[in-house]
Amino acid sequence: MREKGLRKSDRRAESLALCGPECSNDHVNSEQPEERDGRPVGRRVFLGTLGLGVLGVLAAPTLQRGLEGFLGGVAGKDPTGLTGLLPNGGGFRYYSVAASVPHRTAADYRLTVDGLVDHPRGYSLAELRSLPQTRLVRDVQCVTGWRVPGTPFEGVRLSELLDAAGVRSSAEAVRFTCFDGTYTESLTLEQARRPDVLVALRLQDKDIGHDHGGPVRLYVAPMYFYKSAKWLSGITVTDRVKPGYWEDRGYDVDAWVGRSNGRSDEPTS
Amino acid sequence: MSLRAETPAPPGTRVHRFTRAERWVHRGTAALMGVCVVTAAFLYIPQLAVMVGRRELVVRIHEWAGVALPVPVLLGLASRAFRGDLRFLNRFGPHDRVWLRAALRRDKRHASRPAGKFNAGQKIYAAWIAGASLVMLGTGLLMWFTHLTPLVWRTSATFVHDWLSLTIGVVLAGHIGMALGDPEARQGLRTGTVTEEWAHREHPLWRP
Repeated sequence: MREKGLRKSDRRAESLALCGPECSNDHVNSEQPEERDGRPVGRRVFLGTLGLGVLGVLAAPTLQRGLEGFLGGVAGKDPTGLTGLLPNGGGFRYYSVAASVPHRTAADYRLTVDGLVDHPRGYSLAELRSLPQTRLVRDVQCVTGWRVPGTPFEGVRLSELLDAAGVRSSAEAVRFTCFDGTYTESLTLEQARRPDVLVALRLQDKDIGHDHGGPVRLYVAPMYFYKSAKWLSGITVTDRVKPGYWEDRGYDVDAWVGRSNGRSDEPTS
Repeated sequence: MSLRAETPAPPGTRVHRFTRAERWVHRGTAALMGVCVVTAAFLYIPQLAVMVGRRELVVRIHEWAGVALPVPVLLGLASRAFRGDLRFLNRFGPHDRVWLRAALRRDKRHASRPAGKFNAGQKIYAAWIAGASLVMLGTGLLMWFTHLTPLVWRTSATFVHDWLSLTIGVVLAGHIGMALGDPEARQGLRTGTVTEEWAHREHPLWRP
């Protein structure tokens, strides 16, 4: 049946090639019934595309694991960085909620620690650098799905800054503000005192650049990356947890990787 | 009926190809698709995201442009001419198979590319982009209204949305590239008429 159809169209191609446009009149006459009686291939392509889309959603968890493994490997050896533009191609994605973020350098950066503390104070970048540094190498997991394996962060333990400030007994939580003027985050005091929570100064063994939230950002290793606020400028000790920017928009406050936001990623810390 | 072939029209004669409704359906769809693509670039490409920021606003524009994307086509259904186009796009005759085989062989001779009002490539493009747009709309809605579905659906929807957007980007670039290479086809969508000569050459089986 199919063979026959092919031969028929072959003959047709031949006749058209021999004939040329000057006698296409012949086909003009046969055109209208063809368009009317032709097969509804368009509808089949349309429905087929829809079906593939549904199938894609159903098969996504399996496909995604495979692709992430493959692209993660390729991205490591890709000097052009083009794989970084592919979905789940490895590497960080830049998310900013503010229109524009001012640049801060060693000259004008300041981190304040205040709220329910005995000794509120500010730190310059040089002062933060002079404190004992901790280096952690963990995976970074974003709540939207991307994961960057084995990423070194280095900085001052948050617990160290809190101890230096003298947290009062009425305190329960810590609130973070950022010099983009918009973003906020919160941790309970217990979470903030964990040894894998840093006020980070270095990322991938380089000073943190502006696009990655530099010169100073928060790094909460065990939680989804929205907890690791960029452009950190204020640490305020409070008496209760106040949900941060994305948490006001539906994300979990206790954002443990693999145990929140309805996701089941491998824990990062 | 076959007047055109019997008495060749003087060169430069223009024939009617698209009504106002058909042209506005294309324009509206193109504009909304353009907004989707540009805002998607602002959300995805790190260098552009750095320039633009304002994530919340860009996401809102992207979502609304996406939801509105089928509207021009739905409004167009009120036009008899547009419904006629949909019929032409849907139905494949034997000449479309000839056209596709020639396309696969990269045979560019007009004689081996018989086409009615739309050629087989345009028909497949139309059906595919319609299906793909609805898949983007569906997965987009899953990402938008996350509380309506289990959360694992959001991750799956994001995966399909990401990869299909990339595919659509490539196919759309091809669509625009071909239009750039054919000024008369663009003229047809801009003014509604094309030259008799072009119609005869590119769509020999079309009876305007």
